[in-house]
Amino acid sequence: MREIYIRPSWLVIMLILFTVIVFAFDYSAEPLKYEDTGQNNQIAPEEQAIDLTQFPNSEENQKCFKCHGQSKYSYENTEQGRMVNEQMYSELIISPNDFYLSNHRSFKCLDCHSEEYENFPHAGILRMEYQYTCMDCHEGDEIYEKYHFEDINSEYKKSVHAEKLSEEFTCWTCHNPHTYKINARTNENIRETIIYDNTICLDCHSNYRRFQVLTDRERPNLITSHGWLPNQELHIASVRCIECHTEKTSDSALVEHNVLPKEKAVRNCKECHSTNPRLLASLYQYEAQELRSHEGFFQGITTSDSMVIGANRNYLLNIISLLLFAGVIAGIAFHSVLRIIKK
Amino acid sequence: MAQERLYLYPVWLRLWHLINALLCLILIITGISMQLSTPSVVLVGFNTAVTIHNIAGIILTINYLLFFIGNLFTYNGKHYQIEFRGLIKRLITQVKYYTFGIFKGETPPFPITRENKFNPLQRFSYVFIMYLFVPIVFITGWALLYPITIPTTLIGTSGLHLTDLLHIIAGYIISIFMVIHIYFCTIGKSPLSNFKSMIDGYHEPH
Ligand code: HEM
Repeated sequence: MREIYIRPSWLVIMLILFTVIVFAFDYSAEPLKYEDTGQNNQIAPEEQAIDLTQFPNSEENQKCFKCHGQSKYSYENTEQGRMVNEQMYSELIISPNDFYLSNHRSFKCLDCHSEEYENFPHAGILRMEYQYTCMDCHEGDEIYEKYHFEDINSEYKKSVHAEKLSEEFTCWTCHNPHTYKINARTNENIRETIIYDNTICLDCHSNYRRFQVLTDRERPNLITSHGWLPNQELHIASVRCIECHTEKTSDSALVEHNVLPKEKAVRNCKECHSTNPRLLASLYQYEAQELRSHEGFFQGITTSDSMVIGANRNYLLNIISLLLFAGVIAGIAFHSVLRIIKK
Repeated sequence: MAQERLYLYPVWLRLWHLINALLCLILIITGISMQLSTPSVVLVGFNTAVTIHNIAGIILTINYLLFFIGNLFTYNGKHYQIEFRGLIKRLITQVKYYTFGIFKGETPPFPITRENKFNPLQRFSYVFIMYLFVPIVFITGWALLYPITIPTTLIGTSGLHLTDLLHIIAGYIISIFMVIHIYFCTIGKSPLSNFKSMIDGYHEPH
């Protein structure tokens, strides 16, 4: 009778091959450009074909978007009697698409800007116009209570941004009112939230042109200053800057605004890679709760509690593994006692 | 016939096994201390544990090559070939011996010979551990050493956490194996004779 043997070495070779094949494919999204001066880190605006005429003030706003909605504008030079095409300063371009996807989409441009802007060329004195801040509208408003604008404001006042920088630094520096769209609360994709939030920081911290408006200091090179961090690229893609650069003080705001001086930033691996990681106290806590409530078992095991390497705190798996281990020890004890008695 | 001493464990195998056992102990201790690390309590300092774990894992992989190549080219590999026909029956016979027969003083159903040094349970578990779980552990381990190579999403979840989970589950299974393995090694001519075999290479017959 022929015997059927299997050579187990093949198993190892197959395992290695399988891994190589799985790893050969790049499933990852476009990585975040981390240290890239000059270039903005904007995530590509959602290519949602929206009907720009459907909004309450579409028609009115179109008067502004005609010039400010793209990179080129045209006007008639009455002195010379000819049409002029000029390039719009990039800082003054508001994409209508982004605006109408933003939280402030139902506004008229002239709700916040002077009506004088209807005239062209715009009067020079308009440069001096008062710019509203978030608090001008949102302070003490019941509708916005759940966003805790007051807490955010007082936390912000303690931050290095408020203390070290000129008054040039306002809410707008990070949250452009024309395009700001609430994100962490509505986006289920944690990676997108991370990229979205980090892009806000990198917009200045990896872009000298914006950075120099706010301070005369030399812009620190992020790769060098984070040189101590292993797997830097991965950390930047998986953790929000504010996770280490702010301290969680209250549960009210989803995003801490008290950005700490660099000496106070977290440098201890165990703050995250531990059984009580700070990450779980912030964004991930929120996401994990959300996930647990509407994802299946598998998803629950692979994501919710095991956000951080070295902290696979999956409750179910922990219990199972402890029980199994206890069972094995008990079995061994029982077996050896019997062996001794029956000898 | 069964009275002669059998030379079953060649030098390279004993060398591999010694290094492997020590490394596994180190890996388990440092692994657990990373898993259970908290900012305050220290078993092994986190950064130290990571460094030791990484180095031990790298040596383990190199050491595994010794085992793999040794079994590929020497007679020892024969003991790791599983014959499927009658496998279940043989496994049950061996389990029955360990649960009942051994206490009644029966002789082992599969006596150790030069051609057959493992009983069916040993053969089966050694193959599973050495050719499935240990490779899973070092493959995922190397991947975690270069996490940027891991696909961001795999079967709908984070590739990194899936790899991590596999690593930890396989490591856990190996740890459980190790406990059972050491216990079963005490079942020999005397409780210590199998350990002596793994030092001098000779098996003491019952
Ligand atoms: C301190 C820990 C360990 C001790 C004291 C120990 C002890 C022993 C002893 C006495 C033997 C000879 C009996 C036999 O052939 O079954 C043996 C063989 C073996 N052990 Fe271990 N062991 C330890 C750890 C490990 C670990 C961690 C692994 C694998 C991950 C392992 C895998 C094996 C294998 C595959 C054999 C058979 C080798 C052969 O003959 O081809 N051992 N061990």
